[in-house]
Amino acid sequence: MKYEVQVFVTLKEAVLDPQGSAVNHSLNQHGYTEVEDVRIGKVITLTLDGEREAVDARVTEMCEKLLANPVIEDYRFEVREVAAQ
Amino acid sequence: MKFAVVVFPGSNCDIDMYHAVRDELGEEAAYVDYRETSLKEYDAVLLPGGFSFGDYLRSGAIAARLPIAEGIREAAAEGKPVLGVCNGFQVLLELGLLPGAMRRNRQLTFICKPVTLEVANSRTMFTGTYGSGEQVTIPVAHGEGNYFCDEETLEELRENDQIAFTYTDDVNGSVERIAGITNRAGNVLGMMPHPERAVDELLGSADGLKMFQSILTHWRETHAVKN
Repeated sequence: MKYEVQVFVTLKEAVLDPQGSAVNHSLNQHGYTEVEDVRIGKVITLTLDGEREAVDARVTEMCEKLLANPVIEDYRFEVREVAAQ
Repeated sequence: MKFAVVVFPGSNCDIDMYHAVRDELGEEAAYVDYRETSLKEYDAVLLPGGFSFGDYLRSGAIAARLPIAEGIREAAAEGKPVLGVCNGFQVLLELGLLPGAMRRNRQLTFICKPVTLEVANSRTMFTGTYGSGEQVTIPVAHGEGNYFCDEETLEELRENDQIAFTYTDDVNGSVERIAGITNRAGNVLGMMPHPERAVDELLGSADGLKMFQSILTHWRETHAVKN
């Protein structure tokens, strides 16, 4: 079966996010003063073939090994089945 | 003494590293392709600055997961000097050979200018020819040099004298104005400023040359003892 996995990598709460701070500042300047905080992360979309029960473990491994840096980043992911071509 | 300059796709300070060792220090240097697996024939390993693999995903992340990474780990485990500058520092962090991680510069701009560093520890194999607390001028050129580590790690760095260089000014937002750290054993150094770009007065400063001289001096001393 084919799956699409969206991996969300974000800076840990305790880590200052300079990009987020800059965007927060800019939004405030544009009059969106209700915005109190902005955090920027990234979305990595994987398309893969495999058995559903193996996908979570495999993707977790990918996150731990390469996709996220556990020193400063957290990750989570969502798996959805896609129709085979 | 034979230095390896590891070249990744996107390295752009490899030639400067080579020049520093070959022409200014007068020792042997060789470029080592990232597809190699061993660094056994070298006495020291230099990881140059640049944008390995375009800095895609995270700075240094892809470079740190190549077969040559094992060669770098081995060299480090054997106690050989391993110096990572700028992107090389980021690679060492991603390898886990040094603690912490790099964030975007706090002011978000790419910084390219000479900065003043203080030699925080002059008892390492990389800093032996500097005086303790000596101030040196070495250029920086980075967008992601904002060093981060948690409180516990910072305490360990302090306790084990692993902070080698600090910025005299807050250049990029780094924790404790850290510019360079060593591993606990002291044979792996990562720093954001570029000593290889400060090896001749013609370049504005020759303060970086002392780093290469320190490595050579230390190597000669330990080698003399062994023979």
